[in-house]
Amino acid sequence: MSIQYVNLGDKPTRTGFGEGLLASGFRHPEVIALGADITTSVGVNLFAEQLPGQFISLGIAEQNCVGVAAGLALEGKIPVFATYGVFAALRTTDQIRVSVCYNNLHVVIGGAHAGLSVGPDGATHQALEDLAIMRVLPNMTVLSPCDATQTKIATIQAIHHVQGPVYIRFGRAAMPDFTSKHQTFEVGKAQLLHPGNDCAIIATGHLVWEALQAAYLLKDEGIHARVINMHTIKPVDREMIIRAARETGIIVTAEEHQVTGGLGSAVAEVVACEYPVPLKFVGMPDRFGESGEPRELMEKYGLTHRGIIQAVKSILSGI
Amino acid sequence: MIQPRVHDPDLLQEISTDIRRSVITSLSLAGSGHLGGSLGIADIFTCLYFSVMNHDPADPSWPDRDRLILSIGHVAPVLYSTLAHAGYFPEEELNTLRKLGSRLQGHPGREHGLPGLELSAGSLGQGLSVSVGRALAGKMDARPWRVYCILGDGELQEGSVWEAAMAAAHLNLGNLTAIVDRNGVQIDGKTEKVMALEPLKEKWKAFGWEVVECDGNNHHDVLSSIQLAQHDPEKPGIILAYTKMGKGIRSIEGDYSWHGKAPSKEEARQFLCELEEGER
Ligand SMILES: [Mg+2]
Repeated sequence: MSIQYVNLGDKPTRTGFGEGLLASGFRHPEVIALGADITTSVGVNLFAEQLPGQFISLGIAEQNCVGVAAGLALEGKIPVFATYGVFAALRTTDQIRVSVCYNNLHVVIGGAHAGLSVGPDGATHQALEDLAIMRVLPNMTVLSPCDATQTKIATIQAIHHVQGPVYIRFGRAAMPDFTSKHQTFEVGKAQLLHPGNDCAIIATGHLVWEALQAAYLLKDEGIHARVINMHTIKPVDREMIIRAARETGIIVTAEEHQVTGGLGSAVAEVVACEYPVPLKFVGMPDRFGESGEPRELMEKYGLTHRGIIQAVKSILSGI
Repeated sequence: MIQPRVHDPDLLQEISTDIRRSVITSLSLAGSGHLGGSLGIADIFTCLYFSVMNHDPADPSWPDRDRLILSIGHVAPVLYSTLAHAGYFPEEELNTLRKLGSRLQGHPGREHGLPGLELSAGSLGQGLSVSVGRALAGKMDARPWRVYCILGDGELQEGSVWEAAMAAAHLNLGNLTAIVDRNGVQIDGKTEKVMALEPLKEKWKAFGWEVVECDGNNHHDVLSSIQLAQHDPEKPGIILAYTKMGKGIRSIEGDYSWHGKAPSKEEARQFLCELEEGER
């Protein structure tokens, strides 16, 4: 019997990040948040107000923020640095690579406004490449939780249960909040949300909700889709992917990210080596985004349950 | 045991010569690496590790040690030679520099386990930010130790250095001392021709730092300028240390073509002779 997931109310995942960070900071004085001017928009404002002794404002200087975080980590602090994903992961890539990853330091980097969720701000601020770039760095753990509740749990795990560098991505727009406060969440272990053996939809971030909607609609047509929430992009849950390939024979991946380098590529790397099956990738087709409401953009680029259903059917009809 | 402080100028000179000798030999055996800068900054390393810093070669992670961050990772040979002479690891290991399996990587890499390394670094412009983070942690916890950061002058062309400079002053990090190896040259030639840095003293002052200039190849001058740079407990200090690339080897002093080169066996023999002559 399958569970229908229910939206308990739209909520931005950045709120979950802010809540998780605050909860950790209260209990652990070694948790230090670094601000790069946009603390409110990335959900760090409550932490800054309530724990001023653990908040350091460093201005619009992201490269320095990452180096300072590395220095704090070398002295046993747990630095958390969050800004828009485009800056957190891309402007600072070399600092993250050398000062953080090569030194294997426990620095938590939060990539806000991930995907198309920053909408009207347009392409410069839409992080659609962060997963690819963070995933390729040795020692790095990459998290991409699916809703606000899960982002809070993932943030606490990133701060306290991951060794070494960790990147966690979250969005700006209010999106369905549907996972349980009491869920089992383990870094590196994907969640099987919906059973099915006709095909598997492996999704991450906001696209997990869309994947569930796709599965419900496909079921009405007699197609039983398995839905997997791949909240950890690295280390990716190989076992879950191989099982999906073997038991369903068809995989569709879905992410709010370029189709190159992100979740789709991570899944393809495993499938290609371990159990080749037909694959389709739902994601940005190697192009920049544009201004528009997040929903409109997701529709335009097919990052919806409709896009997922289409991908599933195109593989099914090809067989 | 905490490293005893050397005050005798002759002994400091002797140590610097020993370090230079190791730099030449290890680079010659490696067959590649950065000789000029490593020789030029040997006197500063001697002062820091043998007269200024609190540290214990037998206990490299002693919590109250002073921290040295080498931002210009390419002069790793002088750091390695200094650490070996201070007793962090056997001097013979210097012969493995840049070789497969060595703990002495071309640029410092902590994951290879060499004792005494405070940071894996080498991508220019990052060391001062990390130093700010460490000094900030020390200040937050009211720890007595200091952070020393070695920067190159060409490196100051990296914008991130100035982000860190702003932060250090903003955070009142009086426990941070930076030293710039102001040899006036970089790979493409004179710094003022490649991308002018002057007026450097005024720039750092305007960024809120205590600025001291010194002859970076004169132990006495280096030692007194470090004290001067640290006099304000709420202000980071920087020393613009004027050095000569290739210092100690008359035939190559000031020659920037030696920035990124290692001496051949023949050249190394000649340089070692020149080093001994200079010593006498
Ligand atoms: Mg130079």
